[in-house]
Amino acid sequence: MSKVDLSVKIGTLKLKNPVLLASGTVGYGNEISEFIDLNKLGGIVTKSISLNPRKGNPPQRILETSGGMLNAIGLANVGLEEFIKSKIPFLKGYKVPIICNIAAGSIDEYVECARTLDSEEAISAFEINVSCPNVKEGGLQFGNDVNAVGTITGKVKAVTSKPVIVKLSPNGSNIIDFAKVVKQEGGDAVSAINTLVGTSFDIFTRRPKLKNITGGLSGPAIKPVALAKILEISRNVDIPIIGIGGIMSWKDVIEFMIAGSSAIQIGTLNFIDPTASIKIISELKDYCIKYGIDKLSSLTASYLL
Amino acid sequence: MFIIDAPIEEIIELENQIMLCKLFAPEIAKSVKPGQFVNIKVSETIAPLLRRPFSVCDVEGSFIYIMFNVLGEGTKLLAHKFKGETINVLGPLGRGFNFDGNFETAVIAAGGLGAAPFAFLVKQLSKDKKILCFVGGRTSRDVIDYGMKDVIPSTDDGSLGFKGNVVELMNDNLDLLENKRLKIFACGPTPMLRALKEFSLKNNFECEVSTECAMACGFGICQGCPIPSSEDADKNYLVCKDGPVFNVKDIIL
Repeated sequence: MSKVDLSVKIGTLKLKNPVLLASGTVGYGNEISEFIDLNKLGGIVTKSISLNPRKGNPPQRILETSGGMLNAIGLANVGLEEFIKSKIPFLKGYKVPIICNIAAGSIDEYVECARTLDSEEAISAFEINVSCPNVKEGGLQFGNDVNAVGTITGKVKAVTSKPVIVKLSPNGSNIIDFAKVVKQEGGDAVSAINTLVGTSFDIFTRRPKLKNITGGLSGPAIKPVALAKILEISRNVDIPIIGIGGIMSWKDVIEFMIAGSSAIQIGTLNFIDPTASIKIISELKDYCIKYGIDKLSSLTASYLL
Repeated sequence: MFIIDAPIEEIIELENQIMLCKLFAPEIAKSVKPGQFVNIKVSETIAPLLRRPFSVCDVEGSFIYIMFNVLGEGTKLLAHKFKGETINVLGPLGRGFNFDGNFETAVIAAGGLGAAPFAFLVKQLSKDKKILCFVGGRTSRDVIDYGMKDVIPSTDDGSLGFKGNVVELMNDNLDLLENKRLKIFACGPTPMLRALKEFSLKNNFECEVSTECAMACGFGICQGCPIPSSEDADKNYLVCKDGPVFNVKDIIL
């Protein structure tokens, strides 16, 4: 049996396999560590951290829809200080690359978080969340503004030597412009896509089912959208892409890589089967052996159009 | 916490679309406490996509029981499963009832399908506590008292027992409760729990309630099921992990 190489590179960031767990679907790693060995993963993207703690939105925050789910969590998180004090020490116990997702209400807040966390050895890279659809200030407000995304990328890059990944919104008009500006300002990679804005009504009360009125749609329902956005970026901008959006199986991972992803993130699936990521890694290996693929990374952007 | 494919042993209709499902789940049966729940994937496809949370209703050897009302897509699928089919069960999850305390009488207050967690609790409590159960429903067909004993019923329409809701029923029977070392264990619709909070605070009764909220994962990673803390305005508990059972004083209902 030939030895297969599952490792991938995202700029300077080396991962032993392309499977990352998406921000907001693994907390800070501790709950899911009861089910899986985190060290087997390509990496973990931690729940968005903001400078100060955020309580998040009132319930109902979660709603299942056809082939997907809407969430309106509202970036509930423990805040930067508590993250450093109580979450990083747990993550230090693992060898798995930790990508720290930062969300903020102002450009300065992004910079402040990255500057403070730059000295934390446990963090391998930053993922900048400019595309959360569920908070009033920050989030999507930046995600729809090319200049703001450029400024945030440049200013965060200036205060850290760690790789900076910018998580892009599918809700704006042209994702290519955003990927280009990230590249121009020195960003190392983009992750695509964040959730799509959606809503749902109770037909008897005529009220929205989510307290926040709208939420972010995730799950297999958004997979074709994610693949199209990834392909668009891949064909137009020379920047590594981390693909996200409704991955449910190893076959989906292969499809995301073919469409242009260097690595992928598993999100909603973690809620359904917290062990799925590990199974997928093992199935990717089986696939490579069966089809004689020496390096999994050779699949990235291997589409024939 | 375990993730297991549990074979269905039996599904019976208790009454009026209220089903009881018996599952072979030895790991969970061995470790589950009354008031804890399991999160079940009722189909292998993406319809429905997410798991569905169910209270563990009772435990018998290596079997667990769950009780459910046939309401949505998920429960309809579950109701039509056959003996021997397996469903994927994640559990036991959450924090259950604390019944070690210094009390003599356990007072159960259940509204509608809120009866679900009490067969197991009553079984455990029967060893050394007196038990009194107040059980309410909309009509006589909605009064579910499975596994309970010394039941005093109420119905909204008066078709069985006291006419009114469970909390009004308890107020009407205050003489049975006063001057006793008791603890109330409750589960039911949120308006009922809200009224019960007022009732128990007014009468200075210890009270634990089992809450519910739409959730995705069931073990704390999705952050989908907050319930506000009554102590700290900046804090939410999670129903799945910090609950579903809370001391009624600790939460805002």
